[in-house]
Amino acid sequence: MKKSFLFINCDEAKHICDKVQYGEASSWERFKLNIRLAYCHITKSYSTKNSKLTESIEKAEVKCLKAEERNKIENQFKAELAKQQQNH
Amino acid sequence: MPNHQIDPNNWVKLYSDYLFNYTITRVNDREIAQDLISETFLAGLKSMANFKGEASERTWLISILKRKIIDHYRKINSNKGKAEVRMGYLNSEDAEGDWLEERVADPFDKTAEDTLENSELGDAIYDCIDKLPEKQADVFKMKTILGYDTETICNELEITASNLWVIIHRARTALADCMEENWF
Repeated sequence: MKKSFLFINCDEAKHICDKVQYGEASSWERFKLNIRLAYCHITKSYSTKNSKLTESIEKAEVKCLKAEERNKIENQFKAELAKQQQNH
Repeated sequence: MPNHQIDPNNWVKLYSDYLFNYTITRVNDREIAQDLISETFLAGLKSMANFKGEASERTWLISILKRKIIDHYRKINSNKGKAEVRMGYLNSEDAEGDWLEERVADPFDKTAEDTLENSELGDAIYDCIDKLPEKQADVFKMKTILGYDTETICNELEITASNLWVIIHRARTALADCMEENWF
């Protein structure tokens, strides 16, 4: 099937919607998404849920360890664990 | 009869991010948070015999961590008390009259209630992240929480950009559903 220049399918719309959450969608992509949002309730519902999730994550200011920080903790812990297992 | 088993081999992989998020909201310093988590794991290892299996491993580790955080504050407060220099709010005469405006509460300042709600929201988000498959959770955390760009994640995990977006989509859909069920 020929891909439309202006009208996108639901999967593409969801993909653009994900990119929007990270500020990685181009203006043209956002424009195409807005057209789809005007008539597709599935895309609209996905977009609402997606935005709500982003808002929650920003509000909660969730943090996690960087890989090198986790590795440091893991290495220290593994050394202690090995010591303990040797003693038993 | 105990419902939960203990296995320290997976503690860092399973709980370090959750414990880190819990700690950083309370101590506001990455280095200190990491030290407290390390101490928690070590204390858990030493007192494994006390684990009765009535609570989950994570709950048990959090209870140890809470004590570590309290000890941390006790320690810094006793050190601070010795060295504290008390100063007046304003000594400069030029600034007379400014203090009223400066002391007005900032309406955008977080109240204790906001902080508590955000911390509970953070816990709910982590509960949902924990239910994701490992790879989805890793990619989601790198992209959304750590804010790494697509290229960095793709290089680090050796995946393509389109693969990354598929993983992100699955993770976000699962998380949104989970949050809908447990929080919204």
